[in-house]
Amino acid sequence: MLQVKNLTKIYDGGVRALDNVSFDVPKGQFLAVIGLSGSGKSTLLRCINRLIDPTAGQILWNGEDITAATPEEIRRIRRRIGMVFQHFNLVHRSRVITNVLAGRLGYVSPAWSFFNRFPKEDMEKAIRQLERVGIADKANQRADELSGGQQQRVGIARALMQDPQMILADEPVASLDPVLAHSIMKHLEEINKNDGVTVLCSLHFLDLVHRYADRVIALNQGKLVFEGLPKEIDDQKFKDIYGRDAERVG
Amino acid sequence: MKNEKASPWKSLRTGLLVLLALIIFAYGFEITDIDLDQLRSEQRQQSLQRVTRALARPDIFEFEQEEQKAMAPVYVPCPADGSTPEIPAPDMSGAYVTVTPACAEPGQDVTVEGFNFFPNASGPVRFVPGSDPANVVELGNLEAQTDAQGHFTATLKLPRRESEDQQFIRATMRQNIGIPRFTETAKITWDKIVETVFLALLATTLGTLLAIPLSFIAARNLMKSVRSPLASIALSIIGWPIGIAIGYFIVSRIGQIASAITSLPINLASVMLAPGIAWFVFRWAMPQEELKVPSLGVRVARLLALFVAVLVSLFWLFQLAQLTGSLSLSIRDSLGPAGFLATFLFQVSNILRVTTPAIGALVTGGALSSLLARMGQQATERGTLASVKVINLLLAAAAGATVFGLLGLLVEWLYQIGRPQYTLWGPIIVGALLGLGLAIFTRAKDTLPIGLVMYTITRTILNTLRSVEAVIMAIVFVIAVGIGPFAGVLALGLHTIVSLAKLYSEQVESIAAGPLEAIQATGANRLQTIIYAVIPQIVPPYISYTMYRWDINVRMSTIIGIVGGGGIGFVLIQNINLLNYRAASAQMIAIAIVVSMMDYISSVMREKFV
Repeated sequence: MLQVKNLTKIYDGGVRALDNVSFDVPKGQFLAVIGLSGSGKSTLLRCINRLIDPTAGQILWNGEDITAATPEEIRRIRRRIGMVFQHFNLVHRSRVITNVLAGRLGYVSPAWSFFNRFPKEDMEKAIRQLERVGIADKANQRADELSGGQQQRVGIARALMQDPQMILADEPVASLDPVLAHSIMKHLEEINKNDGVTVLCSLHFLDLVHRYADRVIALNQGKLVFEGLPKEIDDQKFKDIYGRDAERVG
Repeated sequence: MKNEKASPWKSLRTGLLVLLALIIFAYGFEITDIDLDQLRSEQRQQSLQRVTRALARPDIFEFEQEEQKAMAPVYVPCPADGSTPEIPAPDMSGAYVTVTPACAEPGQDVTVEGFNFFPNASGPVRFVPGSDPANVVELGNLEAQTDAQGHFTATLKLPRRESEDQQFIRATMRQNIGIPRFTETAKITWDKIVETVFLALLATTLGTLLAIPLSFIAARNLMKSVRSPLASIALSIIGWPIGIAIGYFIVSRIGQIASAITSLPINLASVMLAPGIAWFVFRWAMPQEELKVPSLGVRVARLLALFVAVLVSLFWLFQLAQLTGSLSLSIRDSLGPAGFLATFLFQVSNILRVTTPAIGALVTGGALSSLLARMGQQATERGTLASVKVINLLLAAAAGATVFGLLGLLVEWLYQIGRPQYTLWGPIIVGALLGLGLAIFTRAKDTLPIGLVMYTITRTILNTLRSVEAVIMAIVFVIAVGIGPFAGVLALGLHTIVSLAKLYSEQVESIAAGPLEAIQATGANRLQTIIYAVIPQIVPPYISYTMYRWDINVRMSTIIGIVGGGGIGFVLIQNINLLNYRAASAQMIAIAIVVSMMDYISSVMREKFV
């Protein structure tokens, strides 16, 4: 159970990226976050694992206060929250298997990382995750030799290595073509349904929202403007979320 | 753009500016002694010609030579009675010379002809003063060249060496025989150029190793997010000197114990066993993966175990030094020409012996500092606001006193003021007050941007040191360790550290932020983030810069010898000072070849890696 209460983020320049946002996410839900570019979706997701420190408000996860956590506690919280990025954020010059193993960094002792050593179980686990997303044969290639869709699968495998209870996906399919988008979304759906992992996924296309999300929240200029089921987004709601002049596509 | 009208005021200003520029350049001419008459003076032109010709004939190859000498008498001036002096007919069986006329006034020209010399040979035709035909002194700089028949004709101007006695003109024709061989200069040049290249290599290696960690501290994007509460910062500052003192004490003790054990079997056994023991303890104390936070007791036990592992490793280092030292001494003679390997081993053992206490002290300092910092962090997180405030006040005062006290000691050591109220108690009180002030104006649980402070300090030190030329650093090191390539290695090494650290850190600042964010999101700590997100991204530019720096170091090491830093510069400047331009020319050519080769190799390798 994730509870976000009155979350506000004001950047140094005075931009109010999040304005008093509150919502709850029950365990195991697939929550879509929609809104225009710059509406605060990325900031919201990054506040949840404290990549960005919120200005005010509270985030409770399983009763633990993420906003008040000490650096040591944040590391322990982060390792149970996987994150998938729009631009995949793989380390290009490292091998695929190394990128996947990096998901275990929150668990392994830093002294061992110094020698680039991972426990044997983690190596096996990494191969299993790559098999799960269907690219085990690419394990020893350099990450930048892979296509976009493959790179995003590596990103998902990396998140899975964390044994996550929650996955934050920041526009995971925005830089992929529609066919690949569906295959990536299916992986997320499968993880959500089979492993019971809570998924918070920011999306651009409403058809993806209708197809995959259990529930939707919408942001407009940092404010929560809609919270409900995907099918509740009618034309009026759509105009509230995306602005008066917006046209529906797809 | 606005089209302004010309005004008298503007014209005046332009005129004044032109006048000012003229004055500046005139003054520049005055103080730089620009004087084209120097170029026109005949003496200068002759010297220039001589030097340029010498430079054009580098002293690299030489031939075995045979020479033929022949001389003919001449009278300067003609006898006072006006008679023509009697000249005996030359021996025509070998080489001989004739002088016509046989007498002349000083400053007049005589024609010297040579016969039966080696064909196509050359050599000096000189006036021999005094009446002794065996005199080795020769005057003039006339050179002659024989034709295919071994004949030459030359016109010699008689010098002002008047004598009533017979004097001589001697022709010495030399011919190269056999194949060319390297001159002594060429051999010295080769030795020194090898020394130069290795000097550059060692300086680059040393510099690179130390520049890499520095470059992370000097990278803004990595350091910006480093913030710590005041108590933690203060404790880590206090931890450094205490840790260094403790570490030095412990390591020297271990060193004493270890060097007392000189028997070879025990040496061998401990060198082989100690790493195993240390590894075993280390593995126990550092489990690879942990899901639960261990209890305090376990953590303390692990800390102690780690301490033991470090002690064992230090003991191992000392024993290793001992072993390699005695080993190298015993095998040096049996290695023959490969004896430098034994010498290398011996030097390594020496380096180990000398650096282990220093490294041990620094590591202990760092370890104690980070341990105390962790404790400060936890105390700040758990304490109440009031108690944290009190802790902050006390610790900040102590830390300020420590820093300023140490600075005071440095001042005392440098200037020997001898008044502790100025160099010890004064700074301590000032430091404590500043610390108190900082603690008063900082809210109890706030974090301070210590990362940015460290970044600024490192950058300042790097920029200051970088502005000091390597040649000037070499002068200091020549005083510290004596004339020779070692001083050059240290000077170039230091300069490499500061300039590479700057270049490297700029690379770190320009890496893609995405992977950094992704690795942080997995729960990695700062060290892990650097290893898995930063290092893979900076490998190609680091290699490229290191190659580039080696290239620079080769170039620098050619001139660092001028101040006594070893390498080819030393012989080059020596030869220039001795006016031995042919040798200097050989060395300049060697430098040109090596530098251009390095240029080429480094560009090829950079292309390969990047």
